[in-house]
Amino acid sequence: MRFTLNGRAVSFAGSGARRLLDVLREDLGATGTKEGCGEGECGACSVLIDGEVVDSCLIAVGQVEGREITTVEGLADGGRLTALQQAFIERGAAQCGICTPGMLLAAHVLLQGSRRLTADDVREGLAGNLCRCTGYTKIIDAVLSCTK
Amino acid sequence: MHEVKYIRPKSLADAVHIYRTTPGCRPLAGGTDLMVMLHARTLRPEPQAVLDLWSVAELKGIRGTKDMVEIGATESYTGIIGSKHVQQHLPALADAARTIGAAQIQNRGTLGGNLANASPAGDTLPVLLAYDVVVVTDRRSIPIDKFFTGYRKTALQADELITAVRFPLGREVAFRKVGTRAAQAISKIVMAVSRNPARIAIGSVAEVPLRARRAEAALERGDLEGTVLAVAEDIRPIDDVRSTAAYRRTVTQNVLRELLESAHRSPRT
Repeated sequence: MRFTLNGRAVSFAGSGARRLLDVLREDLGATGTKEGCGEGECGACSVLIDGEVVDSCLIAVGQVEGREITTVEGLADGGRLTALQQAFIERGAAQCGICTPGMLLAAHVLLQGSRRLTADDVREGLAGNLCRCTGYTKIIDAVLSCTK
Repeated sequence: MHEVKYIRPKSLADAVHIYRTTPGCRPLAGGTDLMVMLHARTLRPEPQAVLDLWSVAELKGIRGTKDMVEIGATESYTGIIGSKHVQQHLPALADAARTIGAAQIQNRGTLGGNLANASPAGDTLPVLLAYDVVVVTDRRSIPIDKFFTGYRKTALQADELITAVRFPLGREVAFRKVGTRAAQAISKIVMAVSRNPARIAIGSVAEVPLRARRAEAALERGDLEGTVLAVAEDIRPIDDVRSTAAYRRTVTQNVLRELLESAHRSPRT
């Protein structure tokens, strides 16, 4: 089976019932995606399927055949970070860093909308991404600094 | 290691055929419950294969006719929340869908999955009971009040697939969920109420999503105080990791009172 990972065609030969998370990390070396709870609670393994944010621990890899997957490695354009990634660095929005890839992807989707976001919009939009360092204030500030 | 086979059907007819003829096969929709159990290997009997219904086009979509709204079994909660038919006719369903997980779960969770999984805490299930939906399968239509037969047990036969859920129109339903936080929490209690006809449906207070029949009878008579008293007799809450029986009993009565009063004044916004 085949799918697109960060703009590159990839193929995979094992069982389609394996978790997308495991195939990304173990078979394709895309270790930017982290495993937190493995139960769809924490959002650390968030990736985008055709631009929609999902928990990759809940996706059977067979379900992404022919789809476009974006992981945190796919956000930057070559060596150039996105404004959101730059804001995370400048505002200290990462502590231990495990939640950061998922936070970036969920926030990336949130920022695609046409509306100017409020702090409550960001809190709701990132409700599926838990930060065990509880560094939420700086994460929310970083996302808000990138809204229209 | 035990390897589970992945099967992607070409169509609904193909899926029905595969499900009938493949031993040890489990239907897979958005995976929000099944993938967790598959990975932890807690399913008994352990499945040999998963049948991917997510990619079956006939199971997606939301259609409105003059007397009903039909929602495909694997339409996502995000699709449900964004649907004009749902916003116009079934606002309580949109309310319930918004309380399920967060974006990651709403993009994958489905009514078919919530029904088949039949958790007593399933957030949409009291709403389906309050609307008196019909569960459509590959072979028949099952009224929702005949669907839940025991703890995580349903009226579905071993080789039967849910294809859609049909909602009658013209009913006002109010919804409320009580959890630890607004997002991403499993319910301590979850409730949907219709005044006319009287329907009081509650989750997380018994081994099944429950219709509170004594309370409904009191509501039918217009006895609001009696309705709130009777609901305590209808429910069978337990102490568990999320709450206690005593808390659930008190909150059930308080939430019911609040929903009855708000339904009396105006539909919930």
